Amino acid sequence: MSVLEIKNLHVNVETDQGTREILRGVDLTIREGEIHAIMGPNGSGKSTLAYTIAGHPKYTVVQGEILLDGENVLEMSVDERARAGMFLAMQYPVEIPGVTVTNFLRTAKTAIDGEAPSIRTWLKDVRGAMSNLKMDSAFAERNVNEGFSGGEKKRNEILQLELLKPKFAVLDETDSGLDVDALKVVSEGVNRAHANTGLGILLITHYTRILRYITPDFVHVFVAGRIAEQGGPELADRLEEEGYDRYHVAESATQ
Amino acid sequence: MQSTAMPTPEQHGFRAHSDGPVVPVQTRSERFRSTEVADFAPVTGREHEWKYSPVATFADLISGDLDGSRLEVTSTDAAGVALSWIARDDARIGRAGIPEERASANAWSSFDEALLVEVSGEEAKTVTVTRSDLGTSPRAAHTVIEAAPFSRGLVVLRGIGDARLTENVEIVVGEGANLEVVSLQEWSDESVHLASHFARIGRDARLKHIVVSLGGKVVRVNPSTHLAEQGSDVEALGLYFSDAGQHLEQQVFVHHDAPHTRSRVTYKGALQGEGARSVWIGDVLIGNAATGTDSYEQNRNLVLTDGTRADSVPNLEIETGDIEGAGHASATGRFDDEQLFYLQARGIPEEEARRLVVRGFLNEVVQQIGDAELEERLIRALEAELQGS
Repeated sequence: MSVLEIKNLHVNVETDQGTREILRGVDLTIREGEIHAIMGPNGSGKSTLAYTIAGHPKYTVVQGEILLDGENVLEMSVDERARAGMFLAMQYPVEIPGVTVTNFLRTAKTAIDGEAPSIRTWLKDVRGAMSNLKMDSAFAERNVNEGFSGGEKKRNEILQLELLKPKFAVLDETDSGLDVDALKVVSEGVNRAHANTGLGILLITHYTRILRYITPDFVHVFVAGRIAEQGGPELADRLEEEGYDRYHVAESATQ
Repeated sequence: MQSTAMPTPEQHGFRAHSDGPVVPVQTRSERFRSTEVADFAPVTGREHEWKYSPVATFADLISGDLDGSRLEVTSTDAAGVALSWIARDDARIGRAGIPEERASANAWSSFDEALLVEVSGEEAKTVTVTRSDLGTSPRAAHTVIEAAPFSRGLVVLRGIGDARLTENVEIVVGEGANLEVVSLQEWSDESVHLASHFARIGRDARLKHIVVSLGGKVVRVNPSTHLAEQGSDVEALGLYFSDAGQHLEQQVFVHHDAPHTRSRVTYKGALQGEGARSVWIGDVLIGNAATGTDSYEQNRNLVLTDGTRADSVPNLEIETGDIEGAGHASATGRFDDEQLFYLQARGIPEEEARRLVVRGFLNEVVQQIGDAELEERLIRALEAELQGS
């Protein structure tokens, strides 16, 4: 049973105005197969948590630890974390000019598995996953994220999630900017990955909307760099009605 | 890499000009030109056309005696392509353009015979003309590539081995023709190659011109295109990979001189290693006859290590207000760390991620060559360049 543990995590980021403390002691444990929703207002540090788990160099961990099955994640490079079974679906996926989706997926799969996938089953897997996500097959020959619409970028993230089969996925505002049709398609993809591989999920969102399609086991409310309240799915319903006002959020926005 | 509007010179680290007061802008088409080397003043290295070049390393090509005998040339066979040598007083010489600087004029004054490459017939065809092992003493050459009206073809002009060469290449594209010329520089490490290409594009004709510079100590290929007749079109592409101590330069000029002409200029380069240099100057002149012009030029440089320098100078002159569009862009950037992060976050190790990004960056030009075999070979050559660090 895989487990991802975040213990007393404090994270700083360097800005033009100097060092800012963004995460102020985050504790969170996600077990295989669990879906945790992290909800919070803008600037509460949700994205910082996502990028810190993935190892983005912009964020400095000053205290605390992240453990994947007891292994120290903070000592791993970005690619080592991915190969250890971590995945980050990004809010703003980056364009890679001149690199086709096909080439990118094959390179990533080979890196994750440590060997090239067998061509026949791989092509079938890619086609199947694309078709499930209602992606046109011409997509495969386009350059990664280049000229993609917002919805296409998010589908492409979930396509990778389904094909790379990580143990834990952090979904950073995957729902933002999606119309309801795209939201359903993307949510189905997440649910499929969850059902097929026992994926543990950290679902970061500003809105409760996606929780109609992906049912969380736990909901955590993130305010000012730490978890202010946690509960079951019913907490999301309460947030939907009341918003974040009762947490007296007055922090200035940082992401 | 983010594309940006044209950066200010200061962003490139330029300070005030060291070559004296600013000279009033001269229209690009009014530069002095002559086929006689003696008509040009001695080169000091401060002239606008030389100021980025290491002129001291090739003074012999600018003003010394040159061997103008036939080059060692081999060619593949293709139906509809004929090669021959023609005398220097042949009427087919001097139709596309004449020299605007001294090394070019020195070559023109010195060549004995010109290589004529004639393309005819409407079927697609490819011919590769290879100049190899031209030696280490200074030489001059002249080449005329002519595409008959409505003909179609791809001519690869390839250089390998040693060279110390200054040359002119004329490209005459007849009406309705569709010609592609790839100038491929894969010279040895100590080679120096200075080339001026002059293209004249006829009515409704199209030229795709691609400069690929990989090998050589100093390589300077300057293509000028005269969009002389209505509906003429040029796609000018360039690809360069500058290693330690290498100077790769291209001064691109497109002259829109007739209605409804179109140009696209895209040069992309990577620089890697101490003293790796690249220079790109892109001049576009939209003359007052060139109503309905559609033009865009851009240069992108990817800096892979410290110790490199990329100069990028886009210039646009417009003499008529009645155009479809004209734009230019230049960006010189380091590796985009967000691209690396994205690829690494998918498990791809840093080294491989870098290779993927560089390959992708340069492939945008490679993909447009349209000859699978040549594309494949260039991708391998670029891989070798990348490994070479």
